[in-house]
Amino acid sequence: MIAGIAGVTVLGATACSGNGAASGPEASSGGKPSGSITVYNAQHEELTQAWADEFTKETGVKVTLRNGDDSELGNQLVQEGSASKADVFLTENSPAISLVDNAGLFTAVDADTLAQVPAQFQPSSGNWTGIAARSTVFAYNPALLTEDQLPASLLDLADPSWKGRWAASPSGADFQAIVSAMLAVKGESATTAWLTAMKSNTVVYKGNSTVMKAINAGEIPGGVIYHYYWFGDQAGTGENSDSTKLHYFKNQDPGAFLSLSGGGVLKSSPNPVAAQAFLAFITGKAGQTILQTGTSFEYPIADGVSANPALLPISDLDAPKIDPSKLNSTKVTDLMTQAGLL
Amino acid sequence: MPVTLPPASPAPERPDPASLRPAAGPAADAGPERTDAVGRVGRRPSPFIVAVACTVSLLGLLPLGYVIVTGILTGWPELSALVFRPRVGELLVNTVGLVLITVPLCAAIGVGAAWLVGRTSLPGARVFAVLLAAPLAVPAFVNSYGWVSAIPSLNGLWSGVLIATLSYFPLVYLPCAAALRRLDPTVEEAAGSLGSGAWGVFFRVILPQLRLPILGGSLLVGLHLLAEYGAFAMVRFDTFTTAIVEQYRSTFNGPAANALAGVLVLCCLFLLVGESGARGRARYARIGSGVARPAPRRSLGRFTPLGYLVLGGLFVLSIGVPFTSVLRWLVQGGPAVWADGVVGEAFLQTVGYGLIGAVATCLLAFPIAFLAVRYPSRLARGLESVNYLTSSLPGIVTALALVTVSIRFVQPLYQSVVLVIATYLLMFLPRALVNLRAGLAQVPVGLEEAARSLGKHPIGAFLSVTARFFAPSALAAGALVFLGIVTELTATLLLAPNGTRTLAIQFWSKVNDINYVGAAPYALLMIALSLPVTYLLFARSRLTSVS
Repeated sequence: MIAGIAGVTVLGATACSGNGAASGPEASSGGKPSGSITVYNAQHEELTQAWADEFTKETGVKVTLRNGDDSELGNQLVQEGSASKADVFLTENSPAISLVDNAGLFTAVDADTLAQVPAQFQPSSGNWTGIAARSTVFAYNPALLTEDQLPASLLDLADPSWKGRWAASPSGADFQAIVSAMLAVKGESATTAWLTAMKSNTVVYKGNSTVMKAINAGEIPGGVIYHYYWFGDQAGTGENSDSTKLHYFKNQDPGAFLSLSGGGVLKSSPNPVAAQAFLAFITGKAGQTILQTGTSFEYPIADGVSANPALLPISDLDAPKIDPSKLNSTKVTDLMTQAGLL
Repeated sequence: MPVTLPPASPAPERPDPASLRPAAGPAADAGPERTDAVGRVGRRPSPFIVAVACTVSLLGLLPLGYVIVTGILTGWPELSALVFRPRVGELLVNTVGLVLITVPLCAAIGVGAAWLVGRTSLPGARVFAVLLAAPLAVPAFVNSYGWVSAIPSLNGLWSGVLIATLSYFPLVYLPCAAALRRLDPTVEEAAGSLGSGAWGVFFRVILPQLRLPILGGSLLVGLHLLAEYGAFAMVRFDTFTTAIVEQYRSTFNGPAANALAGVLVLCCLFLLVGESGARGRARYARIGSGVARPAPRRSLGRFTPLGYLVLGGLFVLSIGVPFTSVLRWLVQGGPAVWADGVVGEAFLQTVGYGLIGAVATCLLAFPIAFLAVRYPSRLARGLESVNYLTSSLPGIVTALALVTVSIRFVQPLYQSVVLVIATYLLMFLPRALVNLRAGLAQVPVGLEEAARSLGKHPIGAFLSVTARFFAPSALAAGALVFLGIVTELTATLLLAPNGTRTLAIQFWSKVNDINYVGAAPYALLMIALSLPVTYLLFARSRLTSVS
């Protein structure tokens, strides 16, 4: 506690000095990173902590995480506006980071950082960058669903025959990102209809891990989650996934959506030099290698680092092509609230 | 909001009979200094004390004001669209169903257990008397974690009822057990001599006399049910509070969350009004001189095994299951789960918040208690009830209000330790208030005056005389606030400053990643911090002084 208060004071102090010292783009790319930064982190805590620890080891910059969910932290940043204490925002999915971008709160990402990331994993705005990616999958229990019974498209799950037979975590940002992809690919009326059907068909769980656990236990035949929950559990004890398999929708189906995790530097950052350096580190060789070899099993996307060999290569996913800047989280929450899912 | 008001005084907002008298109040005391029959000093209270009491109480109105103002700002068309939709209907059915099933269950179990440990000759009844208070040391969300670990498929209404009942029945049990000890046995004997059998005496004499503790305890159970998040989220049972948290996670503090909060506040007010209406006007105190002797204990005869089954069963279900789960995960995790350094840091932070929060709350509750006891007036009673009202609101509503207000109007406080402490203050102030008030009322004011007449400065006289007398009450007040803070999850999740990790936050983060092994140390530490306080609570409920 005492340490906590002291920490806050220190942050406050650096906030003042940072504002005065570093202004203008040349300062952000030229200076040597120092001091401390606050990261609003919607990514898995373990992954970002691993990035932060390695970054601190390299640069000496102290990293404080505020953990939360995509939309929660995104909306929070919008409300905080220029008074935010955040330097960097990291998300699991694109909609929340687009929300902050659309509110004009990001400064441009350093050109050197963007050069590390292939264009397909950058938003058209250039104010944030992809840092990792995750693929939508349909996890199922082979004892309850045979391969020929699997849905060909995510849209099929709206069919009455799926009533009570598939699970999801609609309150999570992950699922909401999948809905935003559907909105982008199929339009509003189709998405609304699908969500209405989902309300009566889906068994609702809280969190992708919990969905997978329920499928594994045979409580429910299948569910929509992201790939890495499954690979993470398999690499560990397998206790929540051994009785499940993954089904990839492919065919540029909304269910084959490859969700881009984003990172951006706040315009109001008290320490933009260190903030840009952190983003450069994450998208660089060292940061992406943590994705490749670590326990997160998310896809690395930058600096030529290939995916963990256990994963299906990104090129085989046949994901729909979507500009991540166009994903709209507010619209999705509204539609899901209307459908009674929130 | 794992709140536990001191059980021996289940109806704290009821003014005590003495304060209803037209005694010396600020308005009626232009005369010279005097002391009335019950030892109240008839001067004006110090303006400083009045100012502090008013400020704290005004702050207490913030959450309610927030809900009303955002409701007005949202505008009726949007508000009605957000309130009158099927999802809100579902949540209402769930929440009301939960309250209607769980509250009577808790009341029945609480009364039954109190009678078994207090009035029967079951060997070991006194041990059970302590053991049945122990569930209060296990936060409901930890209890839920224990049960879900044991039976992973638990979900829905009945799982919610099971976990809530096992977590909250002590809120009825403790005040009922305390009241049972104080009942005058001669009334029961009179009923017996007039031909009532054992059951007749229980239902027609004992039960009516337990009306206040049952109602007071049930109200607390109801408020807990409305406010709890973690326990129900774990068994996938949606209530207003879980839905508000989900909306918050999706939109930060969007209008839908605020609309739900408005409905939830109405539910709380409904419970408060219902309880005070059901309390009635009968008086239950023993009239006349003499000292009540303890009631004789009744032999259960051939029902003895059944008695054990009930008490033992309750203990196993409410304490045994969560403890076994925590221990099982701890054994499975081995030393590794303690090793990352975060456990110790979270422990220290939690204790730090608990201590600072407890001290701050007691200090700021003191002026209100002081006014209520020494200068009873309409103002003093008003200030008191404002704070009871605020603490009845779920933590999620208070937290939402403070996040929004601080971010818009007092930016420097936003995400600060001060704001967290302020929220704890609003949530837990009445716990301190009830105890401080009871403690102050027991100090004969004449002693303080004697000290003053011997030349002590008024503040010195207060510190050297009154403060000593009521130190135990202040300790109890602080301990209860501490307990509340240590096990607080919902509001802390919203308000914590960057980098803060309390035991509850870390526990919840691990549970969300279904890392039950990693969550176990935090669960154990929360229970370990709560146990001594729970024992204190139990010990104080045995004293006959309060209420």
